[in-house]
Amino acid sequence: MKKVKRIGSTASKDAVVSKTMQKRTKGGLIKDIRHNKFSYLIALPSMLYIFIFSYCAYPYLVIAFQRYNYQNHTLFDILTKGQWVGLENFRFFFRSMTAFRVTYNTLFLNILFIIFGTIVSVVLALLLNELRSRWFVKTTQSVMLLPNYISWIVVSYLILSLFSNEYGIVNKMMKDMGKTPINWYIEPDVWPPILVIAHTLKGAGMNAVIYLAAIASIDTSMNEAAIIDGANRFQLVTRVTLPLITPTIVIMTLLAIGKIMFGDFGMIYAIVGDNGTLYKTTDIIDTYVFRALRRVGDPSQAMAISLFQSVIGFLMVFGSNWLTRKIYPDGALY
Amino acid sequence: MFSAMDTVQSVRTGKRKKRRNFNIANFIISLFVLLYSLACILPMILTLMVSITDENTIMRNGYSFFPKKFSLYAYRLMFQGGSSVIRGYLVSIAVTVIGTIGAVLLTAFAAYTLANKNVKYRNALSLYYFIPMVFSAGMVPWYLICKRLGLQDNILSLIVPNLLFSPFNLFLVRNYMSGIPDSLRESATIDGANDFTIAFRIYFPLSLPVLATVTLFYGLGYWNDWWNAIMLVDRQELYPIQYLLLQLKSQISMLRDLQYMAGAVNVTPPAESLKMATAVITIGPIILLYPFLQKYYIKGLVVGSVKE
Repeated sequence: MKKVKRIGSTASKDAVVSKTMQKRTKGGLIKDIRHNKFSYLIALPSMLYIFIFSYCAYPYLVIAFQRYNYQNHTLFDILTKGQWVGLENFRFFFRSMTAFRVTYNTLFLNILFIIFGTIVSVVLALLLNELRSRWFVKTTQSVMLLPNYISWIVVSYLILSLFSNEYGIVNKMMKDMGKTPINWYIEPDVWPPILVIAHTLKGAGMNAVIYLAAIASIDTSMNEAAIIDGANRFQLVTRVTLPLITPTIVIMTLLAIGKIMFGDFGMIYAIVGDNGTLYKTTDIIDTYVFRALRRVGDPSQAMAISLFQSVIGFLMVFGSNWLTRKIYPDGALY
Repeated sequence: MFSAMDTVQSVRTGKRKKRRNFNIANFIISLFVLLYSLACILPMILTLMVSITDENTIMRNGYSFFPKKFSLYAYRLMFQGGSSVIRGYLVSIAVTVIGTIGAVLLTAFAAYTLANKNVKYRNALSLYYFIPMVFSAGMVPWYLICKRLGLQDNILSLIVPNLLFSPFNLFLVRNYMSGIPDSLRESATIDGANDFTIAFRIYFPLSLPVLATVTLFYGLGYWNDWWNAIMLVDRQELYPIQYLLLQLKSQISMLRDLQYMAGAVNVTPPAESLKMATAVITIGPIILLYPFLQKYYIKGLVVGSVKE
């Protein structure tokens, strides 16, 4: 009886204590600011920045449901004087074949990027891990990382040096081999492979570093145990190392899938630009929205498409995070 | 770095034996890695070669790794006074330096507050910074806000939007600062230090490694940026070098202007070599700073992402 009473009283004491700690009253915030004036003060600039550029941006989403009027400059004007058209902008977008094309291109290219990028970077990491010569590994790693630091515009020049119709190395080689050269920049079907190779070469180096870090954190006793059990080198890699970094691979892949509705505008625009002949296979949602905003000058259309992308995109982000939490709880971001 | 080969050898023989000099598997692996590295760097070497090739040779023979005739004319043209390339370079440098300093300060300050255990609402604050990372309103509201703020066609439009603050970098620095022992703060407080002193005498000096990393992240972001330029800037004098590079690819007229300024209208405009030369000088600083990039970029990514 005494024990039960004891537990009871302790429990209520804990409850009271934790409740007090949890109490967050308005007075608590002001008190906190007064107590930590300096800390709140120096955080203010960045808070303001985020407020202006991120939080103040959310109300503008309503433009997707309006016919945008350039006379409405302030947010207040937009919210009150705007002309509401409901889902008309969305209907306009989805009625055209472009909706299907750009969405398909965005998803198709991103899926290819994820598949090839993951395979190449994992293989690279595994291969690099096998090599003994430190200087060789360091040198090649430096070279492999270099593409990661240069912008897509510079990369577009590198691609130009290869695929330029009159001067490019590839056409030169084709001529030397007796084949007729291809005019690459007007041929839409060649670009998905080229883009995948470019995207992989640019990003795989960095991802390989991440996977290498994961490999380095593997407990070496696993490998020793496998060797004692008679594993050869290849089996060591495929039966021990690879399974042990699978969580990392899965997490990275799911992170990438979360962003699958968002294309790489920088890459596509830098390489393809306003070249309409290539739109069939390279036009993604982001470039389409860009043109709608900057060239055509219709923010409402652009906003509608962007909203469509964001909504589905967020579903993907949360979906993939939920999935990560189910499979590898430690890897989930939130 | 653990290598399977080592363990196989040492476990089997029971001691560290000197490896055979030649191993077919290692050779093939090295070959693959070498080929991949070549794929990464050969296009850059080609661009470099084209930039120092005589233009007429290019017209006749196309691009080549081994130019028949060299010429530094493209570079000489580029560095003439009043050249738009030089101007673009200066714009990029100015924007990068100012922007990076501002961004690092903003980030370090906010991170200090988020890592300060005395700030009871710091978790709510973290959430405040975190939500925009996940939910973004997209490019249209961003563009309209920039227009509304007057961030168009001036130097601020290249510095302020998009790049001046990144929540990702904020959490990187915050995680690092959280790792600094609280005992330092406590003993400093006992010695009579206030928040300001603790920040500038303890936390910021101790956070220099992660701040170096973040400086590189921001610096790289600013140097490689052309998004702000394409969306917000129409004045040619304000184009950063990256955007100039983009325009150069498709506008022969720009090249003619350049040549006209140099007063050499009779010579063939070095369209191709000039384009590649501009690309080369755009990567220039990155190659120069590469050792630093290597060291701090990767270290920062790995260290900052460890969940303590």
